[in-house]
Amino acid sequence: MKNWLSPRSTAGIVLIAAALVALPFVLATGGQAWVRIANFAILYVFLALGLNIVVGFAGLLDLGYIAFYAVGAYAWALLASPHFGIHWPVWAILPLGAGLACIAGVLLGSPTLKLRGDYLAIVTLGFGEIVRIFMNNLNAPVNITNGPQGITLIDPVSIAGFRFSGSSEILGVTLSGPQKYYFLLVALAILVIIVNLRLQHSRIGRAWQAIREDEIAAKAVGIDTRNLKLLAFAMGASFGGIAGGIFAAMQGFVSPESFSLIESIMILAMVVLGGMGHIPGVILGAVLLSILPEALRYGVAPVQKLLFGQILVDPESLRMLIFGLALVLVMRFKPAGLWPSPERKRELQPEKAGG
Amino acid sequence: MAETLLAATAVAKHFGGVKALRDVSLTIRSGEVYGLIGPNGAGKTTFFNCLTGLYVPDGGGFEFAGAPLVADAPQQAAARGIARTFQNIRLFGNMTALENVMVGRHVRTRAGVIGAMLQTAATRAEEAAIRQKAIDLLHYVRIEDRADDLARNLSYGDQRRLEIARALATEPKLLCLDEPAAGMNATETEALRDLIDGIRRDGTTVLLIEHDVKLVMGLCDRVAVLDYGALVIEDVPAVVQKDPRVIEAYLGA
Repeated sequence: MKNWLSPRSTAGIVLIAAALVALPFVLATGGQAWVRIANFAILYVFLALGLNIVVGFAGLLDLGYIAFYAVGAYAWALLASPHFGIHWPVWAILPLGAGLACIAGVLLGSPTLKLRGDYLAIVTLGFGEIVRIFMNNLNAPVNITNGPQGITLIDPVSIAGFRFSGSSEILGVTLSGPQKYYFLLVALAILVIIVNLRLQHSRIGRAWQAIREDEIAAKAVGIDTRNLKLLAFAMGASFGGIAGGIFAAMQGFVSPESFSLIESIMILAMVVLGGMGHIPGVILGAVLLSILPEALRYGVAPVQKLLFGQILVDPESLRMLIFGLALVLVMRFKPAGLWPSPERKRELQPEKAGG
Repeated sequence: MAETLLAATAVAKHFGGVKALRDVSLTIRSGEVYGLIGPNGAGKTTFFNCLTGLYVPDGGGFEFAGAPLVADAPQQAAARGIARTFQNIRLFGNMTALENVMVGRHVRTRAGVIGAMLQTAATRAEEAAIRQKAIDLLHYVRIEDRADDLARNLSYGDQRRLEIARALATEPKLLCLDEPAAGMNATETEALRDLIDGIRRDGTTVLLIEHDVKLVMGLCDRVAVLDYGALVIEDVPAVVQKDPRVIEAYLGA
């Protein structure tokens, strides 16, 4: 924390802050769609950093993380839409959504406490699917989630009468809906970054790392592994729940298909690709992987037109191909991720002394 | 006679048909170095694991510092003041030596998630105290110059020392060492002996499992011998050394 105060760091922070403030206005010149893409990138940063607590810090492989996102999204959708005719304010729903996701996290965590690695991955994967299928089928006999049709006309975020949808003028600057969400998301992302940073070098963060390294030794020095694993699940899930709530409000629409397995895998890929446990790496991974598909969507078709005079490969199918290839290449040549922590880099180097 | 710190009463443990421990009863007094020896497979490590909560005994139990020990709760054993090292070293390999010892402070410190997130004054003070105590302990076991190295990159002897430092960080009343001299050369063993001697002088009771008979007999105040899971004898080294059953079972005829 202390080196933050050095002149170089301060200059860096000022530059980053200026870039973050300018970004939505620059993007808006290319259309609001670009601002929306940036918003989703930040939402994924938020999600990836939430998952980083579970996977990166505590070393618990969670393939069902999207379930908590779904819980948060549906909590918002049900409590702020004409579906039930309930329109609660943001300060009530967002904590409630986070709380429900937290409970879901503990529910998932408690039966899996003794599992590790592959086995834990399978159970969490199943849990993620269960939640999605629940959302899909909870429209009969009592219609709660409106099934596969999803819930529409969800209220946007609105704080003290200030609505985040539609454009409005603040201090002489006209801000569009997506631009306003952008600043809200940046604020939330900064919050989750601070939480991540502070947890990492705390007593709790060290205990998580110890569990990741050697659970029996961790128990022997008096770490309550059960509670700490549950804490990791609960915290990760709460962040997922908050992200879900913002997602529902931003989109105005949720349906079960937003919460498929591939989403869980994408978020995990962001964490792993960027550099597990290393906060800047995770942010990089999240931004890259959420921008890449959009870049392909806008880039592939014109390039093909230019080269071949026609569109040979559909950008959507190319996306998965390139994505898979990128993942393989990164894991082959940078197994610790694109931007690993210095410690993690050392981990993957051959042992120097000892033995 | 010094007061009893640990009393094991008829501790039994079996794995399937194998009786690893047969009603072992022994007492460890405050301030002594207590040796537990026996041939391979005699049940020494099993006894350790029962004591430190990794195994649940099938019979009997432990009374520690005047109250019974809860079985199957390693973290509670540590909280009560029982710390251990492992026969096959179990460090947090990808954490630095300093961080390993800092983890050992976990059970004696309080800071939670809220404190960590808000960085309250209390949390920061505690964090500084954890770090200082860990540095002191690295000095105590004389590996302070390796503080920032990853634990797995330490030499074998230093890893053993680091494990002892981590165990001491939990402020144990009873420090259990599982074959700390295994794989050490004569010089390293001599240094280890000084370290254990120092730990006793500083007021921590030590339970020592060891194969090195010379080390055990020279260092321990009292020695217990296990054979086939049963206690053969529990007495001062001079008596144990001369006991014909021990000579037959362990020291070699």
